[in-house]
Formats: sequence, structure tokens, C-alpha cells
Amino acid sequence: MAERPAAERPVTVRVNGRDWPAVVEPRLTLADFLRHHCRLTGTHLGCEHGVCGACTVLLDGEAVRSCLVFAVQADGAEVTTIEGIAEPDGQLSPVQAAFRDCHGLQCGFCTPGFVVTLTAYLRDHPDPSDVEIREALSGNLCRCTGYQGILKAARQAAAELSAS
Amino acid sequence: MKPAPFEYHRPETVGEAVGLLGELGDAAKVLAGGQSLIPMLALRLAAFDHLVDIGQIAELKGIERRDGHIWIGAGTRYASVEASPAAAAGVPLLARATRLIGHFQIRNRGTVGGSLAHADPAAEYPAVALAVGASMQVRSPRGERAIDAADFFDGMWTTSMEPDELLVAVSFPLWPGRCGFAVEEFARRHGDFAIAGAALGVQLDARDRVTRCAIGLIGLGSTPERAAHAEESVVGRAVSEIEAGQIGRLAMAGLESVPADLQGSADYRKRVGAAMVARAWASAVTEAARG
Repeated sequence: MAERPAAERPVTVRVNGRDWPAVVEPRLTLADFLRHHCRLTGTHLGCEHGVCGACTVLLDGEAVRSCLVFAVQADGAEVTTIEGIAEPDGQLSPVQAAFRDCHGLQCGFCTPGFVVTLTAYLRDHPDPSDVEIREALSGNLCRCTGYQGILKAARQAAAELSAS
Repeated sequence: MKPAPFEYHRPETVGEAVGLLGELGDAAKVLAGGQSLIPMLALRLAAFDHLVDIGQIAELKGIERRDGHIWIGAGTRYASVEASPAAAAGVPLLARATRLIGHFQIRNRGTVGGSLAHADPAAEYPAVALAVGASMQVRSPRGERAIDAADFFDGMWTTSMEPDELLVAVSFPLWPGRCGFAVEEFARRHGDFAIAGAALGVQLDARDRVTRCAIGLIGLGSTPERAAHAEESVVGRAVSEIEAGQIGRLAMAGLESVPADLQGSADYRKRVGAAMVARAWASAVTEAARG
């Protein structure tokens, strides 16, 4: 079926501290914008309809699924992707370090979504219970780890963040 | 890119938004938080020539206690409801239902008006709006009108709003007196759509007789609806005479379009629904009796 192209629109999204101007089709998702325009392929796409959480990014500081936001909606907004989580010198964030220490990943496909989700969650809930951690992570799917390493990483990161 | 192409409009005011809806008619769809609409577009269950994004309209956001009700702007996000002391105190059922909606990433984007206008019978807010007796404030180029929740939901994903009407706010009435509220649902995993559930409010007089009962059903029909027979069966009776299990069974009697899918048959859903209504009743009555 031939599809009529829609009018493209100029957008500027601030990604990891840098402005990315582009002219995009309205139907381009923020996830595809990050991957194809910004070449930031750390944001992974699993389901592309809001179920798996792999594409989670921070939009104006809040964790959201970037497959459920159009790039045009993010015009003028600030986005942090997994590439913006570590320190500028490459030192891993406490959440990233905890994932490495606790075997919170195997294949790594879901990991960017988990790390971004936990980064936002622990910022807002510095001392979560185990039940709260499980609830916070329930919107992210992992098919390898069985989640136990991820939960352990979340607990370690929470402890480190609340101590610092 | 998975959705079909569409023209994108980003009005800054409600006036501008309804002007666009009036001009574009059926070809346009309102984009609020997009947490239901964008998956439907991605799966190509829906396609529209125009999307009117109301996400930037400041006058659509806010939660205020007004005379006898809580006013919530249609563009208010779930996360704002979750964090609002005014909502928690004024409409406990809404606040308690909010935690059950999707995951926190979804609640950071999805909106009150979006959920109600989407009119999904498996969603929490339509059931809550029906149970507490909310009023929808809608605006079009022709003016503004209020629609009672009871007249708002027309069918699966269908409301009584005209194509040029925009849901701008919802008024949730405060229930006076000795009241209790509970929402109970059963889902395979936290955040999934419930297999079945209920949002229930009950009001008691000084002698523990039921003066008001409202039960909104979740996931049990093709349209968001109340369990009217079960509600009527308890009004005027003493709480001590009422058996929770019986209300649950009554609430399921007469349901004709209970969905069946891989999660369970219609019969299974009704059994779960009856148990959820019974649990919600027990919990709401306990709360009301303390008041």
C-alpha cells in the first residue's frame, strides 16, 4: 500500500547535553530519532509498543518509553539516554557498576532500559524495599537473568546511593 | 517507523485545539499521553490523517479542590494524580486505582483525560469515574457541555463525545459522610491489564445501613459499566446482613459480553470478577465503618 508522506517538521531535542536539530516525519518515534539521527544505539528497541521497557530514556528527567513518544512531541525537551548515564570520563554510574558487580546482565539487550529505569527510580526513592524495587522494575523485561542478579544490583546501587 | 503517516498539530490553547478538531472532523485524533494511542498506531490497529497533540496545553493540567468536587484537568498525568494529596484525600478511589495503571514509566506520560476518552473497559479510570459519579467537561467550537460518566461510555473505545469535542476536565464529586473505597484487581503480572477487577465505593449511615453503593467493573465487558443489580441489592440494608460473596456473584449476573482470550475464559473471568467485587466490598465497608 502506497502511503502518502506527511509534512516533515523541524525539531530540536537536547540529548545528553547536546542539541540535535533535525527535520523529521511526525511518525518517527523518539527511539528511532535517538538511534538513527543521533546514532545513539544504546537505546534498544524490543517490542516497539510499550511492553518491554528496553527503550526507556529520561525525558525532562522522567523515565519514559521512547517508543511511545514521537520525536515531534519531544521538540524542545531534554533527553538522557544510556550513553549519558556514566560520568564524562567514562566512570560507571553507581547503577551501572552494580549491574557489573552483581551479574545483573547476560546478553545485555534489556540492560539500558533497566539501568535508565533504576537511575530515575532510585533518584526519587532512595531507600526502597525489596517489594518496591520489584514493582519499579516490573515494566522491564529480561529474558536471560531470571532477575535475581538485577534485584541484587538494584539493592547494591540503592545502598551506595543512600550512603553517598 | 511503524505507524501510518499523519500530519501533526501542536496547538497551544484549548481554543486552538477544538478549532482544529472542528476543521478536521473524523480525520483527526487527539494525542494526549499517547500510552494507548501510540501502541495502537504502531500495531496499525488505528490510523489517522491528523494527530492533534494536546500535551503542551497548560490550561489542561492541574488538580484542584473546588466546591464539592475535585477538578482534574484532562491533560494531568497519572504520576501527578499519584503524587497529589488533594486527589488522595478527595477521591481515594482514583488515587488507589492510579498505582495499578501500567508501570511508572507509563504513568509518567499517560493522562486522566486520555484514559477516559480512550474508554477501554479493561482500564481503571473509566470504572472509577462511573463508580464515583464523575462529570466530564467537554468543549467544541460550539461551546462547552458536561457529560455524566453514566452517559459518557458508549462501547469499546467509544464515547458520546462528538468528533469536534475535546475532554478538557473531569469533576470527581466528594462523597460526604461515612464512606469507604476500594479497588481490587487480579493480573498475572503487576502492571498488566487486569483479568478482572472492581472499583467500589460505599456510604453508611450512623446505624451501619448502606445509603449508597457504586461498583465499577474492570475487564468484564465491552463497555465500561457498573454492576447496578448488585448495588441496588445492598442499599437500605444493614451491613451485618450482607454477605460479600453474594454481592460478587450478583455483580456478575447478567453480564453478557465478558471477554474470553488466552488469559482465561469468560466463566473464569466472572469467577475472578466476583471474588474481586467481594474483596473490594469487604475492604470498603471496613473503611466506612471506621468513619
